[in-house]
Amino acid sequence: MTLRRRDLLTGTAVALVAERLAHAEVLSGKLPWRPDAATPPTAVKPGPWEFFAAAEARAIEAAVDRLIPPDPQTPGGKDAGCAVFIDRQLAGGYGHHEGLYNLPPFHDGIEQQGPQAAQGPADMYRAALAALDRYCRAQSYSGQTGRAFAELTAETQDEILRGLESKTVKLDGVDGKKFFEQLLKDTMQGFFADPLYGGNRNMCSWKMIGFPGARYDYRDWVARHNERYPHPPVSIGGRADWTPA
Amino acid sequence: MARKLPAKDVVIVGLGWTGSILANELTDEGLDVVAIERGPWRDTATNYAPNYAQDELRYRIRHELFLRPAQTTFSFRNKQSETALPIRTWGAFMPPNGVGGGGVHWNAETWRFLPSDFVLRTHLTQRYGARFLPADTTIQDWGLTYEELEPHYDRFEYLCGTSGTAGNLQGRIQEGGNPFEGPRSRPYPNPAQQQPFGATLFAKAARELGYKPFPQPSGNMSQAYRNPLGVRLGPCTYCGFCEWFGCANYSKASPQTTVLPVLMRKGNFQVRDNSEVTRINLDPSGKRATGVTFVDTSGNEWEQPAELVILAAYTIFNVQLLLLSKIGTPYDPQANRGVIGRNFTHQTISDCTSFFDRTKFAFNPFIASGAIGMCIDEFNGDNFDHGPHGFVGGGYMGQVQTNGRPIETTPVPPEIPRWGAQWKQAVRDNYQSALKPGTGVHGSMYSYRDVYVDLDPTYRDRLGRPLARITMDFHENELKQNRFLTDKFAEIYTAMGAQRVVKQYRKAPYDITQYQTTHLCGGAVMGSDPRTSALNRYLQSWDVPNLFVMGATAFPQNAGYNPTGTLAALAYWSAAAIRSSYLKNPGPLVHA
Amino acid sequence: MPEGLRQLATAVTAGLLATACAARLAVADNLPSEQDFAQVERGRYLTTVADCAACHTDSGAGGAFGGGKPIETPFGKVLSANITPDRDTGIGDWTDAQFDAAVRRGETPDGERLYPAMPFPYYTRMTLADVLAIRAYLNTLPPIHHVVHSNQLPFPFDIRAGMRLWDALYFEPGPFKPDPGKSSAWNRGAYLVRGAGHCAACHTPKTSLGGDLTHQRLQGYSLQGWFAPDITGDMALGLGRWSVEDVVAYLKNGHNRFAAASGPMAEEVADSSSKMTDADLHAVAVFLKDQPGAATSGKPLGARDPQMVAGAAIYRDLCSACHQEDGTGVAYLIPNLAQASSVASRQPTSLLRVVIHGAQTVATAGEPTAPAMPAYGWQLTDAQIAAVTTYVRNSWGHAAPATSPGEAHKARTLKSGAG
Repeated sequence: MTLRRRDLLTGTAVALVAERLAHAEVLSGKLPWRPDAATPPTAVKPGPWEFFAAAEARAIEAAVDRLIPPDPQTPGGKDAGCAVFIDRQLAGGYGHHEGLYNLPPFHDGIEQQGPQAAQGPADMYRAALAALDRYCRAQSYSGQTGRAFAELTAETQDEILRGLESKTVKLDGVDGKKFFEQLLKDTMQGFFADPLYGGNRNMCSWKMIGFPGARYDYRDWVARHNERYPHPPVSIGGRADWTPA
Repeated sequence: MARKLPAKDVVIVGLGWTGSILANELTDEGLDVVAIERGPWRDTATNYAPNYAQDELRYRIRHELFLRPAQTTFSFRNKQSETALPIRTWGAFMPPNGVGGGGVHWNAETWRFLPSDFVLRTHLTQRYGARFLPADTTIQDWGLTYEELEPHYDRFEYLCGTSGTAGNLQGRIQEGGNPFEGPRSRPYPNPAQQQPFGATLFAKAARELGYKPFPQPSGNMSQAYRNPLGVRLGPCTYCGFCEWFGCANYSKASPQTTVLPVLMRKGNFQVRDNSEVTRINLDPSGKRATGVTFVDTSGNEWEQPAELVILAAYTIFNVQLLLLSKIGTPYDPQANRGVIGRNFTHQTISDCTSFFDRTKFAFNPFIASGAIGMCIDEFNGDNFDHGPHGFVGGGYMGQVQTNGRPIETTPVPPEIPRWGAQWKQAVRDNYQSALKPGTGVHGSMYSYRDVYVDLDPTYRDRLGRPLARITMDFHENELKQNRFLTDKFAEIYTAMGAQRVVKQYRKAPYDITQYQTTHLCGGAVMGSDPRTSALNRYLQSWDVPNLFVMGATAFPQNAGYNPTGTLAALAYWSAAAIRSSYLKNPGPLVHA
Repeated sequence: MPEGLRQLATAVTAGLLATACAARLAVADNLPSEQDFAQVERGRYLTTVADCAACHTDSGAGGAFGGGKPIETPFGKVLSANITPDRDTGIGDWTDAQFDAAVRRGETPDGERLYPAMPFPYYTRMTLADVLAIRAYLNTLPPIHHVVHSNQLPFPFDIRAGMRLWDALYFEPGPFKPDPGKSSAWNRGAYLVRGAGHCAACHTPKTSLGGDLTHQRLQGYSLQGWFAPDITGDMALGLGRWSVEDVVAYLKNGHNRFAAASGPMAEEVADSSSKMTDADLHAVAVFLKDQPGAATSGKPLGARDPQMVAGAAIYRDLCSACHQEDGTGVAYLIPNLAQASSVASRQPTSLLRVVIHGAQTVATAGEPTAPAMPAYGWQLTDAQIAAVTTYVRNSWGHAAPATSPGEAHKARTLKSGAG
């Protein structure tokens, strides 16, 4: 059968070779191997939002652009695709705590016992963005009244984010601080992860810091001390140079 | 109702490092061996190929190669007075899963413990007096000496192609190596790895301060290597995607790259993957194991009868299985009786982040291997006089930075906000000129009465079995040790010319959310006295002589080094005893 | 076949029958206790060299040498025969002469022609003594009752009589004649390669009717989704860059410092050449390295060719961490693309297959590691696969025609056969 690269990268064909992982087998006699066996990552497809409603997406795009503001050298969170990253993560297993221990009873513990919420990040974002929207529209910021988060000025947005972080801004029904920490963590992961996942567009964060990405061989450079590595970054998804002109 | 399979000579629970070593040794004896592994088969080209292994989000952040807590997890509390809650997502440690176990995604830091570590209570009491020891400590001697274990350390290091510089060759101290290490019979099989700029600078400053730095012993090959089994490894390419990741080019020692190619060809060896052992079965006397029960992915129960049972799972799962199978007396911390769950330890880790002049320093932090680094051992074990300091124990320290992966490693000075324009600029400014080793101070954790493992009364796994419950907190001894060590560590960075050194001491309470190595140890320890140990010096259960328990489970307390070298040496030591004595005359090898 | 030739063939056959009968009398009639241990042992060895099991042992129902394994031919499928001594369904009731006629002349006892899926055009080079030794060994095997209808070819190829034309064109019967001008090692190697080893069955290009292109012996052939490479002494495309020791190591252990056996050759090494004596492997190597190649010299594509530019970028990002920037790999672990002539084979079949689908190299007692090449087909487009294949085939001294995206696309469909 013909396997198209696109299908494989976007996960539809991964099931073909991943199925052996799900069954117990007795192995003996040789190292098991099959052709085309691989567990490639599932690349994000550009397109409409999969988790966020339009208004939610606007709020998230505005938020990530304040957490990581644009500057002349490097895009901000929005153009880097952080909102797309978060959208796709929440639409997937990450959003509903797939693979984590989700059995009851659920009790709040002490901080060092780790997160205990029954609710996954997807539910939290939904509730928090609704609460944030209600909060913003109810406030009045130097002439900005009844506006959604995305419609406020950058300074005001920063003020609200700082307030969530310091617990001075309280959202009804939602732990604003927990939401802020989740959002910050997800934004940063989207900013720095491989562009395959929707963020770090054009490897902008890697270019910003000089991280060469998915390169795998530095033997010629280990001993070159105090000499900044000069080559551009590479993503698992490849680069334009891979395709003949 | 469990279906019974045809009997085997040996059943091994778990096919990680110790399972693979025992399987290879016992199949060489002609025995019919089956290994039962909870996780999937894993191999280089099919599971961590060089065209997608370099995925920080997938492997480091989402822990894809590790056990899913949904499959099973533990519960945790600091103190007995608290209610333990489940560890719903991993933080402080990452249990492995799958063929190869932790050996697939470890750093490959391959250390030996000190000779004094094996006779710790005797040694410390002799030197400092019993009153100097921390209150409530349960440290004890291991029941064997470094000298007895030395040939087995050597065997593991040659299996792995460990890259290093010997510091003590048969009693003669060697320049460039660790002068504190116990005597080794011969040099490392491979020369030390090359070191990047940061590590080299650290070593230079350390030397100037009067220390004796040496390269960290590394299971990442410094050159192509053929091990004594005929299996070949390639040269490490310093890719910076080592720990948490599988090695894509056969250059990190793992069961896959050192043992399995030979083991899998043997007609008398089988492995069942995706099969979770739920119980070790005993005969009516309770003194003899008859085999194990396991479940497959469809939930079907099977019974694997065997003459000899080797428990070779990750530390805490060994302990949990012993408790669930009612082998040995469970530890009661109030009464201070019982042994299963007792002497449970982790590691005392801290770090320093240092910031250098970005116009003068470029460290290329992404050029690294999992066991790269230059270290000093002056403050490990009892290598220095603890008298003036009021604590015992210690650890190695080093510029052991294994990565520059950006989600994890974009250091900024602590007063910089965590987001916004200032943050972004600080990341840009400091990425190439900051050093953040990660586990820079790698200190011991000694054992205490109130740090232990038992079964949780409330929380269960997907099969309905009680989770293992960890009760753990830091003691003042370790916190003192850590403050002392971290201060010494920071001095070296200052001597390197850092503009700013930020110390991150390890602080109480013990926090399950912060990664502190996966070096959980103890819980069913080895020793000379069945009242305070679960295993004799050959890792044989005092209670069930045809059961041997491998791994760091046997450590009565943890030392200031990574445990893999020592637990692998113990596996070879135990295998030798099984082959030369036990098989000829099955029964207790030691009469207490 | 012309009448005169037919008469000659009959006469030859009769003569051979007579000899066979005489030989048969010298060898006892299927009674193990009277068979010569040395002959049986030699027969067992030769059976391994000829790799009879590769076709005659099916992993399914048939059992050891019980036949029933489908053999792909360009014209369809045949099933291998049951060659255990079973009297009803095997060859237990064949005379030694009949066995020899089958092995060395492609004739069944009822006068039918065998299809050359049974490599009798090569086995014909063997001596009668060697064939009878094989018979003696086969006689010691447990008889297996297993009915096989070998002829599964579609019309009109299922008409065995059609083989007469094929034989006329391509079958040169007769045992190997040593060349007095060559060393004994060379002659032994020639005997093995041209006879029991039947290397040309895979490694010699074929006509459209499946006969050897005799002026291009051992210069490579595409089958089962692989390209069995040129194994002459050619510098550019064959074994010219390998020493005799390199060839021996490859055949014995499946790995040498440059290359590793995978796919059908992995099976060959595991089942056959890894079990041959060092002396025989040495002989085979001496002979092969003395065979003439095509001696073509091509010019490699220039570095500025768009495929070369793209291929170099892919190679650096995806391949060099294992195969090195200069293509030299890691001896005995990662193939040395610079020194592996098979890289620049006439057709890129093997390279495309390995890049797209991955490949596991063979494990032998001497070299157990069995490193595997990962699959890249999921990650690269047809154009990208074609580019990196073209790059590798035109670097480090190799020169080969460019690979097209269409060829890459066709190679995504995995044909049956070993991985």
